[in-house]
Amino acid sequence: ILWLGPDSNLFGFGIFGALRQQPFDSSEEKPQFPGASAEFIDHLEFIQPNVISGIPVYRVMDRAGKIINPSEDPQLSKEQVLNFYQKMTLLNTMDRILYESQRQGRISFYMTNYGEEGTHIGSAAALDPRDLVFGQYREAGVLMYRGFPLDLFMAQCYANVDDLGKGRQMPVHYGSKDLNFVTISSPLATQIPQAAGAAYAAKRENTNLAVICYFGEGAASEGDAHAGFNFSATLECPLIFFCRNNGYAISTPTNEQYRGDGIAARGPGYGMMSIRVDGNDVFAVYNATKEARRRAVAENQPFLIEAMTYRIGHHSTSDDSSAYRSVDEVNYWDKQDHPISRLRHYMTARSWWSEEDERSWRKQSRKMVMEAFEKAEKRHKPHPDLMFSDVYEEMTPNLVKQKEAMWRHVQQYKEHYPLDAYAK
Amino acid sequence: MYSSMSMCMNKTCNLEILGLCFTVSINMRCICPSVIFGEDVAFGGVFRCTVGLRDKYGKDRVFNTPLCEQGIVGFGIGAAVAGATAIAEIQFADYIYPAFDQIVNEAAKYRYRSGNLFDCGNLTIRAPWGCVGHGSLYHSQSPEAFFAHCPGIKVVIPRGPVQCKGLLLSCIADQNPCIFFEPKILYRAAVEQVPTEAYTIPLSQAEVIQEGSDVTLVAWGTQIHVLREVANMAQEKLGVSCELIDLQTILPWDTETVCKSVAKTGRLLISHEAPITGGFAAEISSTVQEECFLNLEAPIARVCGYDTPFPHIFEPFYIPDKWKCFEAVKKLISY
Repeated sequence: ILWLGPDSNLFGFGIFGALRQQPFDSSEEKPQFPGASAEFIDHLEFIQPNVISGIPVYRVMDRAGKIINPSEDPQLSKEQVLNFYQKMTLLNTMDRILYESQRQGRISFYMTNYGEEGTHIGSAAALDPRDLVFGQYREAGVLMYRGFPLDLFMAQCYANVDDLGKGRQMPVHYGSKDLNFVTISSPLATQIPQAAGAAYAAKRENTNLAVICYFGEGAASEGDAHAGFNFSATLECPLIFFCRNNGYAISTPTNEQYRGDGIAARGPGYGMMSIRVDGNDVFAVYNATKEARRRAVAENQPFLIEAMTYRIGHHSTSDDSSAYRSVDEVNYWDKQDHPISRLRHYMTARSWWSEEDERSWRKQSRKMVMEAFEKAEKRHKPHPDLMFSDVYEEMTPNLVKQKEAMWRHVQQYKEHYPLDAYAK
Repeated sequence: MYSSMSMCMNKTCNLEILGLCFTVSINMRCICPSVIFGEDVAFGGVFRCTVGLRDKYGKDRVFNTPLCEQGIVGFGIGAAVAGATAIAEIQFADYIYPAFDQIVNEAAKYRYRSGNLFDCGNLTIRAPWGCVGHGSLYHSQSPEAFFAHCPGIKVVIPRGPVQCKGLLLSCIADQNPCIFFEPKILYRAAVEQVPTEAYTIPLSQAEVIQEGSDVTLVAWGTQIHVLREVANMAQEKLGVSCELIDLQTILPWDTETVCKSVAKTGRLLISHEAPITGGFAAEISSTVQEECFLNLEAPIARVCGYDTPFPHIFEPFYIPDKWKCFEAVKKLISY
């Protein structure tokens, strides 16, 4: 792996590294400014942003799943690779069923992860299960890899009585304290400076744990992203920033989102180690995340990984992407450069996975998802008292009064409220 | 065993030293070590609130951040979520707005939206607040009303050094994200004897500073001192007995103490520097007229800043001074 450090010469001249305060000495011809340490230059020259041949994309497998440089093969065991494959496909199966269930009016909303399964599983596998994860909303595979059961995915989407979130949020806003996955919130990029703070706290506690923060290339335009990058670098936080660059922010393509060389090129501007990887290559994602994590913890500095991928599905069930992109474009990625099929080719080439295995696993995974789904459908919704708790740690007097007023009203007008669907 | 800070050993202390050194000190030595951070915090802060702390507690606990309020609060939230006691300083309340999304959409809702799996109760945000004589638009604001509308956070404002220590310690200990506004004009102006040991003043409890029978006066922060004078003027010149209440916590606010007082007096005056429209006096007024309608002898009076940005040279005309408040008391009595 080649990491782009802040001192690298990619743009044809040195990018300034960390500042060192030195005594001012005007007899020296070197610039003495506190703000930057560099040489003088006597001719006018603007820096050309290098977008045409930007930061290269690290990959381990070609699109047919064949290892290109054997020394980069992480040489994971058959068991580990099968687990990667099964997690990616289980996610895909769950996505299909839950997307459909929204179409049928069973759940209110859903977001699929089609095409980005490699970014989830490759990165999750490279972490310590105790590393805190801050996500955006398209990282369900990370949670699945860590062992979040289908029942709880469903419970959150159905907002039923088993939902750890107590039915308070829209579908796909998962969270798990046990699995160290901070609950998702809708506002974009807010998690980025939070991840820096959490990493700082972990550093102070000497846990030797890292924090990982996922976001899309669209969210990277938010001010919070700039804040998070800058804070993590200046405060020396053991943090991995993982950007899923999937080509679209709802309908906005990348050439309307940014004009520079993607998100990876911003890293050196903050003094941050940066890399761009093929997000559809689960081994490349794995290798980069593993090394980033090792060094982030050992050296207390943030790492930026930009995983290039493609959002095969619509933004959400509220979106129809045929309004802004062609079916041909989507089909290319689905058929010719998909993380799941690339890994399958890798496995079949080693005789680790047969047609029969594929058929049988498809059937089994579908059955697992359907069982969880049917169970979740039948469960009650949480008790309406839970509308009023957890606003503060304690129940405040105004909320006690408001809860009582609500029940008095609902008792009086009970035929207009769907009480039967809720826990008693 | 906590040993007293040398500068505050049973002697008079002004708000800034008291406001920070003690309270942060106390927390810094307790089981859950705190971190305090923000712009210029390391050298001691633009109001000297954090002087000496870095030397005493180390640069990993007392540190500067880049100049970015949304980052300061976002970072603070994350640190709190990960278990640290995080004290985030915003240099002036006037500059808190870039952090509004992090405060309202994130901090306030962290516990609720996660079903209590996660929370940032360990976060306290501090900011200098209120008029200072020459602060103008961007060094004088009192933004409490913006945050009063946000369930999930607490908003607290002390009137002097004694309350500052007790309330700030409560905020730091409180397991909900708190915003603590410090009246900057009192940093140098207010000097009091402050107990050296740790103590807390409960949140969401208003304090009846002075009992009275004819008019209830409600304020918070600097304005309490204005109303104290108004109460004296009312007694001397009008023979009117005023009951003075310091609300202390804006959110969640102590409706019971205020309503009990108005039920007794029948007359209410609320005063704050912030502009009158949508100011927090409106919330108090609305609740009191609901709860005490039949007790009221006169319409509730609000003496507040005008609906303008906080002006520079016109400050003497802008602020709700004792003459405006006194005149309002006269109208309440003669209604």
